[in-house]
Formats: sequence, structure tokens, C-alpha cells
Amino acid sequence: MKEPIIEFKDFSFRYYAQKQPTLKNINLKINKGEKVLIVGLSGSGKSTLGNCLNGLIPFKYEGEISGSCKIKGQETRDLSIAELSKSVGTVLQDSDGQFVGLNVGEDIAFALENDNVPLEKMKPLVKKIASMVDMENYLTRSPMELSGGQKQRVALAGVLVDEVEVLLFDEPLANLDPATGKTAIALIDELQKKTDSTVVIIEHRLEDVLYRHVDRIVLIDDGAIVIDDVPDNVLASDVLIRHGIREPLYVSAAKFAGVKITPEMHPSSIDTFKLTEDDKDRILNWAKSHANTKTKNKQVLLKGKDLSFSYDGEQNIIDDISFDVKSGEMFAIIGKNGAGKSTLSKLLVGFEKEDKGQILLEDRDIKDDTIYERGKEIGIVLQNPNQMICNTMIYDEVAYGLKNGGVKDEEIKERVYETLKICGLYEMRNWPISALSYGQKKRVTIASILVMRPKIIILDEPTAGQDYRHYTEIMEFLRKLNNDGQTIIMITHDMHLMLEYCDRCITLVDGKIYYEGLPSSVLVDENITQKANLKMTSLYDLAKIVKMEPNDFTQSYINAERSLRHEKD
Amino acid sequence: MNKSFFGKFDVKTIVATALGAALFLVLFAFVKIPSPVPNTNIQIAYGITTFFGALFGPISAALIGFAGHALNDFIAGFGIWWSWVIASAVAGLFAGFAYKFSDLEHGKKPGKMFFILNIVGQFIAWVIVAPILDIVIYAEPVDTVFVQGLTSFVVDAISACVVGGILAYAYAAVRSSASSLDKE
Amino acid sequence: MKKTKLFSYVDNGTIIHKLSGLSKLICFLLLTFASMFTYDIRVLLVLLLISLVISYIAKFPFKRYKLVLVYFMIFMVFNFLLNFLLAPNYGVEIFGTKHVIYVFSDHFTLTWEQMYYQLAKFVKYICIMPLGLMFFYTIDPSEFASSLNGIKVPYKACTVFALALRYFPDIQRDYNNINLAQQARGIDSSKKASLTKRVKNVAKILLPLVFSTLDRVELISNAMELRGYGKEKKRTWYSYRRLVKRDYLAIGLCLFIFASVLFMRFVVVKNLFWNPFI
Repeated sequence: MKEPIIEFKDFSFRYYAQKQPTLKNINLKINKGEKVLIVGLSGSGKSTLGNCLNGLIPFKYEGEISGSCKIKGQETRDLSIAELSKSVGTVLQDSDGQFVGLNVGEDIAFALENDNVPLEKMKPLVKKIASMVDMENYLTRSPMELSGGQKQRVALAGVLVDEVEVLLFDEPLANLDPATGKTAIALIDELQKKTDSTVVIIEHRLEDVLYRHVDRIVLIDDGAIVIDDVPDNVLASDVLIRHGIREPLYVSAAKFAGVKITPEMHPSSIDTFKLTEDDKDRILNWAKSHANTKTKNKQVLLKGKDLSFSYDGEQNIIDDISFDVKSGEMFAIIGKNGAGKSTLSKLLVGFEKEDKGQILLEDRDIKDDTIYERGKEIGIVLQNPNQMICNTMIYDEVAYGLKNGGVKDEEIKERVYETLKICGLYEMRNWPISALSYGQKKRVTIASILVMRPKIIILDEPTAGQDYRHYTEIMEFLRKLNNDGQTIIMITHDMHLMLEYCDRCITLVDGKIYYEGLPSSVLVDENITQKANLKMTSLYDLAKIVKMEPNDFTQSYINAERSLRHEKD
Repeated sequence: MNKSFFGKFDVKTIVATALGAALFLVLFAFVKIPSPVPNTNIQIAYGITTFFGALFGPISAALIGFAGHALNDFIAGFGIWWSWVIASAVAGLFAGFAYKFSDLEHGKKPGKMFFILNIVGQFIAWVIVAPILDIVIYAEPVDTVFVQGLTSFVVDAISACVVGGILAYAYAAVRSSASSLDKE
Repeated sequence: MKKTKLFSYVDNGTIIHKLSGLSKLICFLLLTFASMFTYDIRVLLVLLLISLVISYIAKFPFKRYKLVLVYFMIFMVFNFLLNFLLAPNYGVEIFGTKHVIYVFSDHFTLTWEQMYYQLAKFVKYICIMPLGLMFFYTIDPSEFASSLNGIKVPYKACTVFALALRYFPDIQRDYNNINLAQQARGIDSSKKASLTKRVKNVAKILLPLVFSTLDRVELISNAMELRGYGKEKKRTWYSYRRLVKRDYLAIGLCLFIFASVLFMRFVVVKNLFWNPFI
């Protein structure tokens, strides 16, 4: 008989600092050995729910609780974080923050050290657990020498040493490139089978989690459970899209085409997804009706010529690459973590100087420009807005770059107001930045670069960690800028973002360009996707099912999605 | 508001102290502003002890000064200059006494005591502790150490108050409630 | 600025490397304290010899540290001259005699006493220097915290050191990124800017750096508590290496040196300085 290991009963929680409860009347049972996916927008309360399981609530974040939350039959509020950590192991989103040891072995051992486990027992145990996540050959490596995926494996090992019964993952895919994310989901699946544990995954990248079987999907919005059902049922309904969660691409393509999805079609995975011939024809016809590709044919604005760069004089991080960025383009630089994307962007804005080759802006070699002179031509927006904002007021922050350049006050005012209007921040111009949400802060940082009227803006992972609603908000804003003629370069490992928004892209592998051209052609070639650690989207599989050229099919999908969005506007 | 004089030493404070020390170390080792006096740099790192002191208390700030300075000497490879390391810890200790008198967390701007304690702390550290230790441990000439101590005091007190002050004001501003805002 | 490795630790398997971190720390402290307690040039020369021998055994790569060593020597020479300029008669004050070598002026008189005092000081500094470098070069950073805990520093304070070392490279990277991003927006970091301007500019870099670090504090402390940190009065250390015979031998040897120095200082010479002028 199945017994619940986690049980919420009429559970509500309100942070003391807030007026409204963050969780409202939650009733949720999770049985031993189940794998449950919790989805919801940022701020929906899904992370708060996770924190109730591991004890951060109420022991670290205090607030008012009503109802009951039991783990293994015990009320969590009667235990402590330390006691709960023996049953619930938490893998946090930021694996750099969770990696507290100076090397892998030390970090895996952290919980054992805190339990005063003697060395003789600790060493073999660490080795055993490390081998479960394939990290036994890395025990002496420091975190700086590891990739994001490897750090996450270490984090996972670090909670497995406690032989926990519940594994809780808080947005495990947020910082991983697509292929690594896929491996992570597979690893979680295998470990669950090996250790017979219960798994709770909090994530908004639904399709990526569904890569492996999930027992139930729980959707949370505004602090309450909207639906709690098996994936097939959830995907057949339109509840996800109504609550701002992106459906798997193949499901939304089928829905666009007017196919009625039922649970019996098993939509939870593209491999099990059953379409009748009639459905397939319908999808094919829909796709054909949306086919059209327009290519912008414009002048070359920025040219990289035979660029090479290395930090240590030995290994070239950028290895003899050439490319063009055309005026008015939305251009993407893609590739796995460590492929040289960020380094290339640093070269473009002059943070690092190329060892060999040239960077030409409108046919002019800009090697000798100072960082500021370049900043006025090619602006960069860092991934984390908190690392850019250095003033307390919105107006000052946006005006900052102009003030430093000695622009006259009236002109500053004019330009700042104009930029704020473009960015939809004008009404808040006299607000302190601390009052803004993360997405709004991001817009402030974009505004602070736009105001300098650069010819090109570079954005480093503009949507990292954002849910679908905020993602769309940021990207539509960028598209608007782009339509007004702004050239934009984006560094990303989000494939669909690139497909959906970019005109052209280059794919970096080990510092070399592996592909340059239309985004929709990148993912067709399995060679490229494998080399670059990218992942084909499920649209490709669906295209094969309905027997259409995957490129064209993807393009149709994007066109359809765009026109749908414009109808809304 | 009932705050203990020495602050609490919970996990959060431990981590803050460690990252504070790492910040101190980065600034101490790489960010120097040359002052008008030749051969003397303005060590903006003391702004970190000042700010973290007001947020996390004297033990935390003293440890930041101690660990940050000791690790700096350590990586520079010159051997640890104990008298100055200890002086940095003392300066941090006094900066941390401002903890009891400030409430940056709730958006209150730093008061007079914040600055007074830092100036007093820097004075004790560089004009009393460091020279005396220099004389006792290293038998440095008396005149030299006091001249050095006085310059260090002036430069570091300015850095602690200005840099630490800027950080504290900005933090208080971030923390102050932003609920009464209207779009215009 | 290139990526600097905080510790240049490379395990090249010498007996010094094989010592436990704890014994290395104890020996380092004993020897540096020994050199702190004396100004006796004979003792200092012996200590210098000992530290050079240790460097030799540990196969210390002097070549790689050439730059540090050169800077250090320049600093020492500069210090030597400054010392004379600021306190030319300190030697005479200490030893109470005055053997003149050369008279520049009434105040600036070069004496053997001064030369001797400054020479002793010189030797004192250069014998500490290789010790520091050696310790830095032979200790595994992850052993550092457990070693401190081994000499009874409370473990929470040891954690401060370990975490500071762990997150130093991250913060350094953040600092570089923020600094460059601000330069791209026109912060003038050159020496042309006025002093107040420069301080203000640095503050503009500091604000995002410090505030994003504070965000991280929250995250890391959660991660640590979720793995049971801080619940017990003590903890064990994965990187700790148990002391074996050679460790006790090394500690014993250093204790002996330390005791001999104290003996010379307090029983034989009974003074900080050994006075050759009487």
C-alpha cells in the first residue's frame, strides 16, 4: 500500500513581512517513491512550498502558519532544519552557492563533517557516493575547474550522503545548457530508481523535465494549487498556458493546428504522442500555411576577422574566427558553457584585447579605442542586473553613462526621458531602483546602455532564470527595439529563444565557429547539436512525424506564434 | 530594538564574515587609490569592515579585518606582518561596535556613533596598537612607527568613513520601504 | 588582470609536502614567532639558514617567484634607506655607544651601531620571507581550516577562513566584470581624475559588488544549514590528515628551535639585541 511521505493539509503560510499569505489552503499528498513536478511562475509560491519541505520555513524565514505540513507523519514545525535535512535533501538552483567546499571531495563530505563522522568512515563513503554521480575521478578538483553540470552533480552527491528519502530540486535546469539539462534529468531519474527515493522537482521548464517520466504535475498559481494530475491530463487541458507556463512545443504546435488533444493521445512525451493520420495532415497543412521566410539583407556593421585570444598564452579560448553582424540584425552567439561565448563578447566590447585579428566597426579597426569609447558604440548588458546597478534612483542610473561623458544637463534629461519612455519606465523615473522587480531592473540596465545610443547592444543570457511570462516580456521588448532598427547581439544557450527571435547565429565549439547562418538550420544537423551540446527542440521530432522539412516546420511555428502575439497586441 | 552588543554569530553571520573577508582581500590586494602623500595608498578595504561591522557586529568585523589582512599578507608572500594584521582586527572591532547603534536593516541611516566609533577605532588601531606592537615585536624605531601610524590613521579613517558611509547610506536607502510610490 | 590562483599549491611529493597541514601550521607559527622574539643577529642568521634549508628540501621554485623576490628586495632596500633617513640615531640609542663611520651632518651621522641594527633588521625580515612563501607553497588550501581547528581555533572561525578562500576567486571575477562594465559607461579610473572623484568612482563599483555579495550570503548560509552546519559543538574535517611520526618529529624540531631562541633571548643574552659593541 502506498503511504504519503509528504502531506499538506489546509496549509497556509504568510511571511511576517507581507500582508497576504504566500500559500493558501494547500492540500497535497505525495506518496513514497513518487516523482512530482511542481510548476508555477516566479512569485507563484512554488519555491515557498519547497522551503516548507526542507524547513527553511518556518525556521529561517518566519511567518504565520495554519493547517498542517507533515513529513513522514511528523509535523515539520516540531522538527528543526538539521533534523529535516536527514529526510529531505535539497539541491538548490545556484550550484555555485551550494558548493561550499574547496574541492569536490570536501563538498560531498560537508554534511558528514557536520555530523562528526570519523575520517575512516567518511572517505570511503564519499568515494561511493561520488561514483553514483560519476564524479569519483574529480575528488580533488576545485569548483573553478568544473562545469555547471558537474557542480550540480556534486550538489546532488552532497545531499545523497545523508541517505535522504526525499530529494527536492529547486529549479535544477536554470543554469544548465540544454544537453546538460537533459543529462541532469536522466541522472535524477536513475538515482531515484537506484535509491528508491521520492523526488520533488520545482521547475518552470516543463518540457525539459518531461524528458523522463513524471508521475504528477502540480501547478501553483498565486499561492494555490490549480491542478494536481498526471501529465497526460494536464497537457490535454489548457490550464498551463492560461497560467503562463510554456507547454511542450510539440503540444502547442498541435494545438495551433487545431488538433484536439486528449489524455488518451499520451501527450506527455513526443515518443508516446499518438496522432491520427488526420491530425498529421492538419498539422502539415497548418505549417504550410504559415511558411514564409524573410531574410533581411543589410549592410555589414561589425566584422570579426581572424580573431584569436587566450588568457594564458597557451590555450586559445577564441581560435581564429571570422564573422559578420549586419546592421539591424538580431544576432545570436550560441554554444555550451565554456565554449568561448562570454570571452568573445568581452573582446567585442574591449574588456579583453584580441591577440590576433581585427574587429571592424563600419570598416574601422577599433582596437585602440578606450573601453568607454567602445562602450558608446557597442554596449553590453551583464546577465545579473544587480552587478550593473550603481545608483539608487532610476533616473540617475540611466543618466549615468551620459553624465560621465560630460553631456549637457538638458540633453541628458531629454535623452533619458526618451529612453525611459521606450523602455516603459517613464512613469517610474523618480523611483528608487530597490522598488523594482528583477525584470524591471533588467530593463533599467538595458535603458542605461540604450541611452548612450550604441550601434550595437550585447546581452548576456537576457532571460536566464526567467519564467515564460517574464521571458516573453523581456524578449518582446527586445524585438520592439530591434524592429526600430537597433542591432542586437545575444549570448544564449536557450535554443528556442534563438529560433524564435534571432535572424542569424554563430555556434561556438571550443573557441571555433562551427556554424554560421540561419537559426532554424542549426539544429537540423545532429553533428552540430552534439558538438555544441545543444538540443534539438521537439518541433523537429514533430516535423518528422508529419513528414515536413524540420527547418520549414520550425519557421512556420515561429511565424504562427508571432502573428498570434501580434493579434493580442 | 534590543540588540546584543557583540551581535549574534549564527550561520548567516559566519558566511557574511567569510565573504566580507574575501571582499576585503580583493579590495586590499587589487584596489588601491594612490593618495597625495607619496607611498601611501588609500585602502578602501576598510570601508568593508565599517559596513559589515554595522550590519553584523564587532566579532564579525574584527574577523574580517584579521582574516582579510592576514590572507593578503599570506598571498603576497612576504610573510604575515602580525602587528598590522592585529591592528586591522582592532579597527574592525570598533567598527563593529556601531552595530548596537545602527539599524541599517530597517532603512535607518547611519548616525553619529557610526562615524565616531570608526574614527576612534582607526586611531586606536594605527596610532596605539600597531606602533606599540611594531616596537615590541619588531623593534622598529619609535619615531618612524608613529609617523607611519599617524598617516595610516588619517588615510584609513577617511576611507572607512567615506567608503563605509557611502555603502551604509546606500544600503539603508535600499532597505527603506518603497511602498508609498506612485506612477507619475 | 589575469586570473590569479590564490594558492600556488602543487604537490610535488617532498617530505615537507607530505607533512600534515596541522604540523605545517604549527611549525610555521613556531618559526615565525621565534624570529619575532629576537634581534640577535647570530640567531637570526641561523634561522635564515634553517628556512633556506627547508626551501631547498621542499624544492621551492625560486625561479617562478623571481618577481615577488625582486619586489621584496627593492622594498627592503628602500626600507633600509628610509630607516636611516627617519631615525639615523636609533642604533646609538639602543646600544648606548657611538662608533662613527661618516658624518653627513649633526643629525645624519653614519654609525656602526646604526649599520648593525639595520643589518639585523634586514636579516630578520628576509628570514621570515621564505617561511611565509614556503608555507603558502606547500599547504593544501583545503587543509587550512582543519589545521586552524587543530590548534584549537573555534571551528566556526575556521569556516570563515575556508569560505573566504573558497569565494575569493568568485568575488575577484565579479569585481573585474563590474569594473569593466562601469568603465564602459565612462567611469574614469585613470590617474587624471581628482581624488574625491576617484573615491566616488570606486564606490560606484563597490555598491553592486557588495550588494550582490550580500545576496549570496543568504543563499550560501541556506545551503549550509540545509546540510546541517552549525548544529553541533564540533565537527570533523574531510581534508584533515592525521599526524604521523614525521609530523611529531617536525613539530619537535621546531619546538626545539623555538625554545633555543627563547633561551638565547631570555637566559643567555637577556636582551632583544646581542651587543657586539661592549
